Amino acid sequence: MTTVALKPATMAQALTRALRDAMAADPSVHVMGEDVGTLGGVFRVTDGLAKEFGEDRCTDTPLAEAGILGTAVGMAMYGLRPVVEMQFDAFAYPAFEQLISHVARMRNRTRGAMPLPLTIRVPYGGGIGGVEHHSDSSEAYYMATPGLHVVTPATVADAYGLLRASIASDDPVVFLEPKRLYWSKDSWNPDEPQSVEPIGRAVVRRPGSSATLITYGPSVPVCLEAAEAARAEGWDLEVVDLRSLVPFDDETVAASVRRTGRAVVVHESGGYGGPGGEIAARVSERCFHHLEAPVLRVAGFDIPYPPPMLERHHLPGVDRILDAVARLQWEADN
Amino acid sequence: MTVMEQRGAYRPTPPPAWQPRTDPAPLLPDALPHRVLGTETAAQVDPDLLRRLYTELVRGRRYNTQATALTKQGRLAVYPSSTGQEACEVAAALVLEERDWLFPSYRDTLAAVARGLDPVQALTLLRGDWHTGYDPREHRIAPLCTPLATQLPHAVGLAHAARLKGDDVVALALVGDGGTSEGDFHEALNFAAVWQVPVVFLVQNNGFAISVPLDKQTAAPSLAHKAVGYGMPGRLVDGNDAAAVHEVLSDAVRHARAGGGPTLVEAVTYRIEAHTNADDATRYRGDSEVETWRAHDPIVLLEQELTARGLLDEEGIQAAREAAEAMAADLRARMNQDPVLDPMDLFAHVYAEPTPQLREQEAQLRAELAAEAEPDSAAGSESEGSGR
Ligand SMILES: Cc1ncc(C[n+]2csc(CCOP(=O)(O)OP(=O)(O)O)c2C)c(N)n1
Repeated sequence: MTTVALKPATMAQALTRALRDAMAADPSVHVMGEDVGTLGGVFRVTDGLAKEFGEDRCTDTPLAEAGILGTAVGMAMYGLRPVVEMQFDAFAYPAFEQLISHVARMRNRTRGAMPLPLTIRVPYGGGIGGVEHHSDSSEAYYMATPGLHVVTPATVADAYGLLRASIASDDPVVFLEPKRLYWSKDSWNPDEPQSVEPIGRAVVRRPGSSATLITYGPSVPVCLEAAEAARAEGWDLEVVDLRSLVPFDDETVAASVRRTGRAVVVHESGGYGGPGGEIAARVSERCFHHLEAPVLRVAGFDIPYPPPMLERHHLPGVDRILDAVARLQWEADN
Repeated sequence: MTVMEQRGAYRPTPPPAWQPRTDPAPLLPDALPHRVLGTETAAQVDPDLLRRLYTELVRGRRYNTQATALTKQGRLAVYPSSTGQEACEVAAALVLEERDWLFPSYRDTLAAVARGLDPVQALTLLRGDWHTGYDPREHRIAPLCTPLATQLPHAVGLAHAARLKGDDVVALALVGDGGTSEGDFHEALNFAAVWQVPVVFLVQNNGFAISVPLDKQTAAPSLAHKAVGYGMPGRLVDGNDAAAVHEVLSDAVRHARAGGGPTLVEAVTYRIEAHTNADDATRYRGDSEVETWRAHDPIVLLEQELTARGLLDEEGIQAAREAAEAMAADLRARMNQDPVLDPMDLFAHVYAEPTPQLREQEAQLRAELAAEAEPDSAAGSESEGSGR
């Protein structure tokens, strides 16, 4: 192994690099969406692509999400690999008809004759002080739709690796980009950027022995912070970053919980009907005899995403996670 | 106040350099639907084309009646008949080159069959044995589309992709009058016009969306008028005049192939049968209206033209009917065989690689099936559930 030079990079830069490398490697990769061309996207993730690859490969579309995704379906039917940008989480909803009725089931309804290799990038989640409709966590809707892969990176390396893998996938992938991590920096090796776990694998971000925090996307750094803070209380927390919500890595999650005997699922979307319920049920089914306490959830409240001045009360933070961890001393109280 | 005068009322005053877009091509459709049959133009149409259209219309009508009969025998779950609309269906199929693509709605089985698809494969969706009974790429026919108007952006995207690849491909997309009210219709037309995509939209205005008549669907003077706002030509055509539909669509396809961009064609036609076999059309329309349209039947119109011109005699008519009967007999025979389905197919095509969760469920079903097959030795079949 040669030693590699690590450089600081933001998640946004890694995403841009992933798009660029994918377009350079495969002429059938096309980027399209609102403002992705000249402007480079409102988060600048597509910066420079139109200049480098031309407007036919990185296209400013009319302002119409169903139209963007619907035309991308047709392009994929003809052998292209469209990468669609939905400008913000809540603005993807007009495209749901296309997503659910066509994108997710084209392979299935044609009995494998017509796969749709397309990637839908959705900046999602709160914590950036956005006004209404700019902070939704919509992952549960996508997870509930068979035929879609749903992935979400939490690190700079994963942002690159998972996006490359999504674009290379022969199935449609909803690629959820945690907005508030766009500017998070990490030391990253741009020369060997693909050495990440593939789609469908969770990774242990921090090993621990007293309980497992199961989380993904924007909540990963929060959980890592909580794990650090918990040391003072004598808790050694393991943090599992799911990375992929569909497919779901039951093995890694169950192995961790069997080891620690306790689990808390952490995410910022609402808890009721949210991903945490599914995850907690899966853990209970697999680890019942290893569990020392019920699987707990720390989620956003079951409310429409609040205005920015109140969002800190909504988002699961370190304290709420530590409260849940305290509640894991279950048998002592019962 | 005219529309032009009104503009200033809601548009901010543009700076002096601003000019409205004025395309040289006339965008406004004709006031009356274009007709060929029964006019002097008919003499200029290739007699072979007219005879081909005739044979296909007769076959198409027979296909419609046979499929409807199959619903009564429980062989088809549902059938939305295109009786009365065969001219649109057939012309749509015949104007396309082999490399072109057809994007049908759920009613357009006939267009797919006229394009050469096996009649049984075309009915797979409606029979209920699978969603799409053919490989869309092989036939260049997109899956019959049930959600209204959602196939239109696909057609735009596909034609756009083909042009980006340098392929000389046109997409023709079919939609009903009701479908034009959907947002996807608007978005597809807008994308097509902005990107100047080689695509043709054919609206089969058959008067009703299930029970809702056109005047409750739109306030536009015609559906073809909708093209104007997008900056593309709109054409209005008699949808029961096979030669006219063929001519207008051919123009539009040629225009698209030559780089001229999209066209919206509205074919004025009528749905003679109910919406589907499950619908009761007497609740929303009277017999006299249906009878008026029967008198304007696409097959009768073409038959009159051909016989008047001496291009068709009793023998020719008989030959067309016999060909149609043969198709119907074959369809009947093959549809009367029970389809053999493999339940494991449920998991075969959800993802390229089944997820671990699907593998578990696959194993569960395999075990259930094994237990069903051998009820006495259910315990012994457990090991079969371990998957691949
Ligand atoms: C998005 C959507 N909404 C509702 C329906 C239910 N539906 C099926 S056919 C139909 C009427 C369609 O009318 P039109 O577009 O005129 O086509 P036609 O049936 O006359 O061929 C409706 C409402 C549907 N298929 N898709």
